[in-house]
Amino acid sequence: MRHLDEYRDAARARALAAEIARVMTRPWRIMEICGGQTHAILRFGIDQLLPPGLELVHGPGCPVCVTPLERIDRAIALAETPGAVLASFGDMLRVPGSGTDLLSARARGARVAMVYSPLDAVRLAEKEQDSQIVFFAVGFETTVPGVALAVREAQRRGLNNFSILSAHVLVPPALRAILGSPQNRIQGVLAAGHVCTVEGYADYEPIARQFGAPVVVTGFEPVDLLQGILLCVRQLEEGRAEVENQYSRAVRREGNPAAKTMVREMFEPVDRPWRGIGVIPLSGLALRPAWREFDAEARFPYSGREAREPAECISGLVLQGAKKPPECPAFGTRCTPERPLGAPMVSSEGACAAYYRYGRHHV
Amino acid sequence: MSEFALSCPAPLEERERVLMAHGGGGRLMRELIERMFAARLEPQHETDSAVLALPGGRLAFTTDSFVVRPLFFPGGDIGSLAVHGTVNDLAMAGAAPVALSAAFILEEGLEMETLRRVVDSMAQAARRAGVRIVTGDTKVVERGSADQMFITTAGVGALIQDEELAPWRVTPGDEVVLSGDIGRHGMAVMSAREGLALESEILSDSAPVHGEALSLLRGGIGVHCMRDLTRGGLASAVIEIARAAGVRVTLEEDRIPVREDVRAACELLGFDPLYVANEGRFIAFVAAGEGERAAALLPGAAVIGKVTEAGGGAVTLRSVIGAARLLDLLSGEQLPRIC
Repeated sequence: MRHLDEYRDAARARALAAEIARVMTRPWRIMEICGGQTHAILRFGIDQLLPPGLELVHGPGCPVCVTPLERIDRAIALAETPGAVLASFGDMLRVPGSGTDLLSARARGARVAMVYSPLDAVRLAEKEQDSQIVFFAVGFETTVPGVALAVREAQRRGLNNFSILSAHVLVPPALRAILGSPQNRIQGVLAAGHVCTVEGYADYEPIARQFGAPVVVTGFEPVDLLQGILLCVRQLEEGRAEVENQYSRAVRREGNPAAKTMVREMFEPVDRPWRGIGVIPLSGLALRPAWREFDAEARFPYSGREAREPAECISGLVLQGAKKPPECPAFGTRCTPERPLGAPMVSSEGACAAYYRYGRHHV
Repeated sequence: MSEFALSCPAPLEERERVLMAHGGGGRLMRELIERMFAARLEPQHETDSAVLALPGGRLAFTTDSFVVRPLFFPGGDIGSLAVHGTVNDLAMAGAAPVALSAAFILEEGLEMETLRRVVDSMAQAARRAGVRIVTGDTKVVERGSADQMFITTAGVGALIQDEELAPWRVTPGDEVVLSGDIGRHGMAVMSAREGLALESEILSDSAPVHGEALSLLRGGIGVHCMRDLTRGGLASAVIEIARAAGVRVTLEEDRIPVREDVRAACELLGFDPLYVANEGRFIAFVAAGEGERAAALLPGAAVIGKVTEAGGGAVTLRSVIGAARLLDLLSGEQLPRIC
């Protein structure tokens, strides 16, 4: 981890911020897609180093935030099913569904296990052969290979008590939806470095061309983010709209071919609703029919009611970069991490949580 | 009338697990108290109350409960933690610990060997801290009503100076001294509980801090307030003092010591080390200009910030890249992230 220090160097950060100010001749609005980047920006105070007129808006890159209510309600129903255990990453547990959240369901007796990787859930299935273990597969392109490996591992071990509830979503279709929206205000994009380690960035090239918006694949440390912003501002100033790679220490254009092949063999794109945004065509991943036996949706019937968001929550606008969290009348008052109206207030990658946690509700 | 044995007379060592009868007030309980607790902790068990001879002057009195899971973690266990936690609460008031009590709530079925290890560890921790455990209590609850073992302690200490140590004494100009690196206990328990395969084993910092804390007072440092860092970590402790004192505090992120392995584990899970639990670290608010001298008395300590102005009751962190942000209390515990 020693290497992190060079990406958190105050002198380099200030030099980059000065260079951004030097090349900028007029205001620009840039979206960082990933919630991890949003948190880094607020945690380190990167926005305070930027020249006035450069606005960072926050994107939909928080998998927990965009997981639709229907998936969460379904996960809670599974956890309440006799004989079933829902295994989930930690930061999904506090996210409100239409009635309750997984932690509250657990307090009332539902079986919810917090795991750190999909393989932990496979191990749990091996240990608890009398229970049905359902892994709540949430995440962008980054986390899908791990889930694919886990399903293969469950097959190899002959486990018939392991399945997944897929809520996987893909970044490029969402970016296309945001840039193509009539209300779009975004002029340049910082793409999420971790996502591109798997899928590469060739998919962003036609998007940059079609919408005339530069896309810079960017890392998560202060120096990464400032370099990404500088590359993006240079393109905007020069009237270019290309895909550039700031995060070359981790990302190649073609991504990770072995991981991509494994994912494509097991998953297929499907239309998927995004929480607060609506259905985005071919933006989700579901198990292919050949892997149906590992699909919790096929294994457990579900007849949930139609789920509705609290009317007051503007998370859809926040996730599309149309509004910032403090612009929400409920922010910090009727919506807090203790009593959230929407997912971005509870997820560790949510924009509302970042503003709240890093003290922006006081100022 | 001859004595009628209601219970099996086998010696304690041959009973593998705690039974309901061990809390039932009869012979088994007597055996447990004598062979398990009295033999190790030297309480004055002839009566239910200990009688203490205390030096003249004012006393500090505290209580705490311990429910850690797992019971044993790298660098400590629930027994040593109970002693350290109680001793540290006394030390933060400026008191030299004199005596502790320990009440055990045991879950039916707990392995006797587990209990023995915990009590041994408590005895050792108390000896090392120079404090006696003078009274105690045992209850057994049905299986499922507790998680193996809970311990509740109380502690009495003798104040070593007349000046009170409290947030109201904190004033602008005060410097904030941190006694050592942060985040170890939380990450040690986390990795033991969740079986995280980290490259290096992180040991808890669980330790008594009264020696260090009282050395500041005895060294003539103008200490205004001290707080041990437990749940909620460094950030929560500083925020609580700033709010209670009604002052603004600025901390410098790059002066806060965090070991590389702790930082790596935090990065991996998306945790902020400022909010991770500690059990052997404390902060001291000391008079202006005395921070470096205080830090020199404590190995591994650092001056991490100061009280900038009266009013506000808020804490600002200057990040490693020089920008400022407000620190706030977390709503609950940190949960590991997805990616």
